Amino acid sequence: MPPLSRYMIRMALGHLALGFLIGGLMLAHKAFPYAPWVMRLLPWHIHALFIGWTVQLAFGVAYWIFPRFALERPGDPRGRAGWAWASFGLLNAGVLSAGLAGAAGWGIGLALGAGLEALGVLAFAIHLWPRVRPAILQ
Amino acid sequence: MPRLTRWFLRAALIHLILALLLGWLLGLGRIVELPPVLAAASPVYFHLFMLGGVAQFIIGVAWWMFPPLSKERPRGNETLAWAVFFLLNGGLILRAICEPWVAVDPQPIARWGLLLSALTLVAAGWIFVGLLWPRVKGR
Repeated sequence: MPPLSRYMIRMALGHLALGFLIGGLMLAHKAFPYAPWVMRLLPWHIHALFIGWTVQLAFGVAYWIFPRFALERPGDPRGRAGWAWASFGLLNAGVLSAGLAGAAGWGIGLALGAGLEALGVLAFAIHLWPRVRPAILQ
Repeated sequence: MPRLTRWFLRAALIHLILALLLGWLLGLGRIVELPPVLAAASPVYFHLFMLGGVAQFIIGVAWWMFPPLSKERPRGNETLAWAVFFLLNGGLILRAICEPWVAVDPQPIARWGLLLSALTLVAAGWIFVGLLWPRVKGR
């Protein structure tokens, strides 16, 4: 597993742990209301689990297992790796911004975070597009 | 494919079917009046779909396909992984019953059931993270 996949999958697991914790706190509040502020964490819960966990895990695994350019470009087998690294930074910055801004009730920050996430997905699409092809075995 | 993965994947498919059926019923709410307990079930629909279906499918495949830990114990602690399966599915079923129930008639038993579902779901997620973390490695 290449380093970027490891970073993406570990961050995805981190978002999963945090997203589940926030979800548990909100569910406990529905059972026995104890802290109304907990419900302000709903955007963080959603962004952490949809983008931070599900999308980032899929990207991390795709970067690892999709067909490579081992014959055409031996020195750069995964090609355009900079876009994938940019995606890693943008996705995580986006989830963090959207989560914190949502908790603070700052709409502009929430929109900015969602924008960073969209750019992260775009960057990864640019990276992955040429790797969506048949594997060359020789 | 390991036995536990088969259980995760089959449970995920059942959750997906249940989620889509519930989504269809909730959609009917636009043309006919639904019982209040059903009308309060839209968080259950989302979680059956995304947690019971999508996340559980991912968990099952990750348990199967991620790099092995060692030759002796390729996937790590299998007992804990079964605990994830039962906590996740038990927690989701409990939530599916108690969350709409609390919304329409907050009896103490429904509230405690909902709190228990929160604890079991968080435990399932955290144990899974602990199991998969050491398998995220180069070789």
